[in-house]
This record gives sequence, structure tokens and C-alpha cells, in this order.
Amino acid sequence: MTTSTSSGRRGIRLGYRANPVGISALGVILLWAVVALFAPHMIPHSVGEIVDTDYFGPVSRDLWLGSDYLGRDIFSRILMGARYTLGISLAAVSIACFSGVALGMTAAVAGGWLDTMLSRFLDALNSIPSKLFGLVVVAAVGSSIPALIATLSVIYTPGAYRFARALAVNVNTMDFMVVARIRGEKLPYLIASEILPNILGPVLADLGLRFVFVVLLLSGLSFLGLGVQPPYADWGALVRENIGGLPFAAPAVLFPSLAIASLTISVNLLIDNLPRRIRDRSPE
Amino acid sequence: MTGNLVEIRNLRVEATTDSGRRLEIIKGVSLDIAEGEIVALIGESGSGKTTIALTLMGYTRQGCRITGGEVRVGGVDMVGLSETERAGIRGTTVAYVPQSAAAAFNPAITIMDQVVEVAQIHKLMPAAQARAKAISLFRALSLPEPEAIGDRYPHQVSGGQLQRLAAAMALIGQPKIVIFDEPTTALDVTTQVEVLRAFKTVTRQHNIAGIYVSHDLAVVAQIADRIVVLKDGEIRETGTTSEILEHARHPYTQELLAAFRPKAQERVPEIETTANLPLLMVDQLTVGYGSRLRNGEPLVSAVQSVSLRLDRGRNLGVIGESGCGKSTLARAIAGILPAHAGGITFNGRELGKAGRSRTRNELRQIQIVFQHADTALNPAKSVEDILGRPLTFYHGTRGKARDARISELLDLVRLPKSVRQRRPGELSGGQKQRVNFARALAAEPTLILCDEITSALDTVVAAAVIELLKELQRELGLSYIFISHDLSVVEAICDEIIVMYRGQKVEEITPVRSKVPEHPYTRLLFSSVPKLDPTWLDGLQQDPEQVRTYCHH
Repeated sequence: MTTSTSSGRRGIRLGYRANPVGISALGVILLWAVVALFAPHMIPHSVGEIVDTDYFGPVSRDLWLGSDYLGRDIFSRILMGARYTLGISLAAVSIACFSGVALGMTAAVAGGWLDTMLSRFLDALNSIPSKLFGLVVVAAVGSSIPALIATLSVIYTPGAYRFARALAVNVNTMDFMVVARIRGEKLPYLIASEILPNILGPVLADLGLRFVFVVLLLSGLSFLGLGVQPPYADWGALVRENIGGLPFAAPAVLFPSLAIASLTISVNLLIDNLPRRIRDRSPE
Repeated sequence: MTGNLVEIRNLRVEATTDSGRRLEIIKGVSLDIAEGEIVALIGESGSGKTTIALTLMGYTRQGCRITGGEVRVGGVDMVGLSETERAGIRGTTVAYVPQSAAAAFNPAITIMDQVVEVAQIHKLMPAAQARAKAISLFRALSLPEPEAIGDRYPHQVSGGQLQRLAAAMALIGQPKIVIFDEPTTALDVTTQVEVLRAFKTVTRQHNIAGIYVSHDLAVVAQIADRIVVLKDGEIRETGTTSEILEHARHPYTQELLAAFRPKAQERVPEIETTANLPLLMVDQLTVGYGSRLRNGEPLVSAVQSVSLRLDRGRNLGVIGESGCGKSTLARAIAGILPAHAGGITFNGRELGKAGRSRTRNELRQIQIVFQHADTALNPAKSVEDILGRPLTFYHGTRGKARDARISELLDLVRLPKSVRQRRPGELSGGQKQRVNFARALAAEPTLILCDEITSALDTVVAAAVIELLKELQRELGLSYIFISHDLSVVEAICDEIIVMYRGQKVEEITPVRSKVPEHPYTRLLFSSVPKLDPTWLDGLQQDPEQVRTYCHH
């Protein structure tokens, strides 16, 4: 049983099996990640440079995805926009999920008044409409990237908390938790070593889903002009800037929307098709 | 080859694992069942007994398929039929009684509606007639209040009654053959007797053939005409019940039988330590659940004023039916559920009621081992991590010393070194229970509370685990408190036995005396344990007054 299998079955060596949809979705996500990292070296034109005499220009050999309402290269702007969309969303979702999951597990294990207080407080937070909350905060402190990240993570923490708590409550009733408690284990060990490994899969899937929500909310805020400020623009801001091109079927409004769609749909598809662990690992 | 109701020829069933590997789980099985005959399929878990039984309905569980052979029921080959044709046969020719009736009933619909459903689906009879038939079946299965019980919901009847109602559901379509899939495994012995008796009477009355799946040879001996012994998807031995019981030829059958024979008690020579100071004294312990009432009593008290005493190196058994408070007692001693009143003295020192108020050393000395190793072992951790944690936690052992100690522990419980990196899900039931036990040993305790640790295991595996416990006691000088509803297990290992009934200790006995118990409940309990003798059930005389008092609450 311990000898690793040498047969030609794909993915067996790793003990996981992935399907083609998941792999291609992962490909799209990785592509956007590479773009976000290396955008400054990849853009053909400067972001603020006006390169076209016409506005809402069509797709051409020089301007691959046309030009925007000021005649700037939309291809370069999308590549640079990826940095903001991916970067801000990733930071926000990581903070939201980390704090939500940590608090959720703590509440489930500790129970009692701590659980009640945390749950009621976060429920109250959850009841505030997310877009309105974003609007208020940005109106109060102004729009900066740290403020955006903080706002987005506060908005998505209660959801992550609820999700993790629900999972952790189930694990908490298992006998091995009783055994660990009666061994005399303290809260940090119970959370990190007994519960987390058992809920990691669903939590990661939830993280991916929440990332999609954050991307969409960020794009929404930017569309309302409260997100990333000019001359820089994330994808949502790009759609907003060029919304005037809609009657002309300008590529400038089409391609940022496609970028948002491709990223969010890919993340969704990846979550639905995460590689599954193969339990049967006995040699032939 | 005619005249047999069921003819299974060279049946092969294949399962596809999640890595795409194909496994043959039934390897060419042939079997006949005559009309009105009850054939038992017996074997350990994973031997394919349920898989074979289910093929009678043309059904295989998910991921499995019939790859060869034929299953003729009343002359029709179930393998070749379409799903619609099979659906027509299910319920009318072949019916099924599941292991867990509680899971098979819909909790939101009354029992009567569910029982007559089969008749409605197949349009066998008008609704009124179906109801009348159901009531006559309830009466035949000796259910209480046969006219009214159908109006109740599944949670309003007891487990044994629900199991008989499941049988009524199977019988209403007047099937020629019924599949009984371990129908009494989850029941208490006292209830099991009634259910078995009801099954036997009804199948005889209606001349119904049956296929009875079980791992309990003594139960099977009561009801089956013939026994088929299975192992690894192949038939090892077939014979009439008395042939198998008296002249078993195959080693596996002999092993099964041997697991039933009471073993001679081998006692550890009394270790005289510290002038008769008892290891554990429990004084008037009262434990309950729920919020406290105004007078400080818990809402539901599960254990009422139980006292016991255990000397060093000796074993105490606690028996009683499910719900009698025996597990709660163990939990209170371990400190999991703080006792409401009473005292626990361990090694001469009064223990805190809650685990939180005990010192790490006190917690280390009393370890508890749970019934279900599946839930007692963290499925996300390797065996090495599971065993390593108590070593680090209690003894501060790390690195090489820890590795060496883990190997020692695996040796102690007779597990190969190769399981170290595996997770609980990759182990068999018996192996998991050994890991579960090894974790308790890692703490180097003086007392181990064993809460039904063999109930979830097959007879042969359970016998091996009991042997292991005895050996470990000799080597390490442990004491056990053994909680079980299985008398044979408790008798095999314990010096003293406490019988509990509804939260109270009704009798304290020693195995030598256990043949002549005094309390009526103990007597009922002892007489309900099935014997290997096929005539046991028919010859069993129980006072119906007592059965009524102690079996239906």
C-alpha cells in the first residue's frame, strides 16, 4: 500500500483527479494572474497616453482592442486594470475569509456567550446592504486602495463567518473533539489542528466564490465612480468610462466586460470542478 | 433445475473505484432458494452479503454493476430486465427490509400511509382493503395497538416496533421472497428476541421465502433453514443450519463459531497494592441533561445515584439496554459531562466533576475509548499524528523518541508499521478501533473506560479485540470499565458486572454468579442473548409480564 503506483493512470501519482473544465478554468485564472504581475512589461502603450485621433476606435492592427473615449489604448488599460481588480479583490477576500473563518471556528468551539455575541454582531453587519455600506464608507473617508480593501473585507467577513461556523459546529460534535477536549487541549489547538483540516476543502471553495463576489462588488463600486480613481482604472471603472460607447458597439466597453466575465466564470468553474482526492490508492 | 424460487448462477458484480480501477466484489456466486425457505448469508463486513441480496431486486449500489451470471426470481432473470420491468417486480415479488428502519421511514408521513404505499404504487388493492391488510399484518407481527399504531409517526414508536413495521411494509405486497438486511443488528437483545419471533411467525404463516443477511451466527441459527458462509465475495460453505453449526468445515466458519464459545477466564494474579485502596470509587453519582430546574436538579436525569468501586488491575462491566444511562455514567467519570451530584474518588483523591477542573495528570490517568472509531479519530489526520499528539501533550516526547514510541504503540495493538502514514478512512473497522485504543494507551493511563468498543465490529474481529485487551492488561496492569449491551463480551473480560436499568443500578454480580441473577430485569436480559442452538428461540420461555414491563416504555 505504501509503494507509490507507477501505472499510467493520470493524476494518480498526486492522488488527485482533475477534469478538463477545471483545468481550463485554472488556465484562464493563471493567465490573468500572470498579466496582473507583469502588466507594466507587457503593455504596448502607456496607460494615460492618447494614441488614437478618433475616440471609441475599432479593433485595428495597432490598437488590438480599439481605443477608449479619449483615444487611449484599451488593451493596455485592461492589462493594467487586471492589477487593481485582482490585487484589491485578492487582498480583501483573504482578509475577509481569514478573519471570518478564524472567528467562526472560535465561536463554534467556545460556544456560550462568545458565540452568541459574535453571531449577533456579525448578523447585524450582514444586514447592511453591501453596496450602500461601500458608498457610505467611500463617501466618508474617500476612495483609496487601502480603504477599498478594508471596506470590501468588512462586507464579506460575516458571510465567511457564518459558513465556517456552520461547518465547524458539525465537526465540533464529533467524538474526536470530545477526546481532544478531555485530553485537556486548549482552544488554539482545537481550532487549528482538529477542526481546520476537516473544513479546509469547503472553506477554500467558499473563498473562491467570495472572490467572485468581491470582484463584482469592486467593479460595481468603480462603475459608480467610487472605486479606483483616474487616471488608473480597474475593469469596472473601464466599463463605466466607456459606457457612452455602448450605442456605437465600441470594443472599449465590450472587452472590459468580457475580462470581468472571463475571470469570475473561470473562478466559479474551477470551484465546481476542484480536483478530487482519490481515496483508492492501492496498487493494481 | 426447476422448482426453486430463486436461482442465482455464477453471479459477478464489479465495482469501479474513484481512481477508475475495477474491482470484482462478487466472484461467481451460485445460490438456490426454494419456496418458503429462509437462507442466511453470513460473513464479515465487506464480504458481499448485502450486494448479493440486493441483486435479487436487480439492484446494485452506486458504482457497482452486475457483469455476469443470472439472477432468476420466479423464473425471470432480473439482470436482463429494464428498469421499468424491475420496478414492477420490486415490492410485489421481492421485498426488502433494511437494517435501519429509522432511516427508511419518512419522518413526516404517518406509518400507515407509508406501509400501504406499496399497494398503491402497484395498484394491488383498494385503499380500504390495503389498510385492513396492514392492520392484520401489524397483528401478526405482534405490534401493540394494531388498529391505532398506523396513525402514529415514525418517531412515536420504538426501534424494535419500527423494525417490525418495516417488515409489514415489505409484506403488504405479498412478496414471494423478502430480503432481511441485518434487521436486528441495531436492536437491544431483549427487543431482538421479539422481532425475530415476529419475523419467524409471519414468514412461516405466509410461506414466504427469505434471504437473511447477518454477521451474527446465533441470530441466524434461530431463523434460517440454510446458511451460506461468504468471504471476499465467494461462497466458502453452504449447508443446513445444523450442519454448519455442528460440522463446519471451512476455517472461516470455524473461526466464526469459535468467537461464540465462552473462553475460560484467565485472571491476572491479584496485585496487592497500597493496602486495598480502591482505584476508583463512585459515590451516589447523579448525572443529567438539559437546563437546571429550580431545585438544582437537571431536566432529565440519565444516571440516578449510582455507586461503584473498582480495584486496581480489575475490570468492571456495565450492561443494560440502550438509553439506560451506561454511557452517560462513563462520560461523567471521564469528566466529559459534569455530574450533578455525588463524588468520584480516583486513587484516593477526589476528582473535579468537570474535565476542566482536573489537572493534566488526572486527565491522563483516565482515558475513554468510544464506540465509533470512525468519529473518534480525526479523518483529516494520519495515524502517526493521532498517536503522536497525546505523547507530546502529556509526556513532552518529541522527534526520534516520539517516532520510536509510536512504533511501540502500533506493535502493542498488533498493527503493521505501514499504517503510520495512513488516515483513518483508509483503515478497516478493526484497525481503526485498534488505533483508537492505541491513542488511549499513549497517555499511559491506569484506567480505560471502554464505551461499547466492540459493538460496531464483526464477531471475529470483536473477539480479537477482546483478546488484545486481556493481553494488554497482563502486560501493562491496566484496569477497564467495560460498557456494553453484549453480555458475552462483558462476561469474557470482567470481574464484576453492574446491571443498569433506566438510570439505576439494579444489580451487581460476578460472572460466576451471573448464571443465577436475581433481579427480574437481569434475568430477562440474560435469557435474551441468542444461543447457537437452533431450537433456542422456539424453546425460550419468558414471562410476558416482564417483557411488557421492561421492553416498552
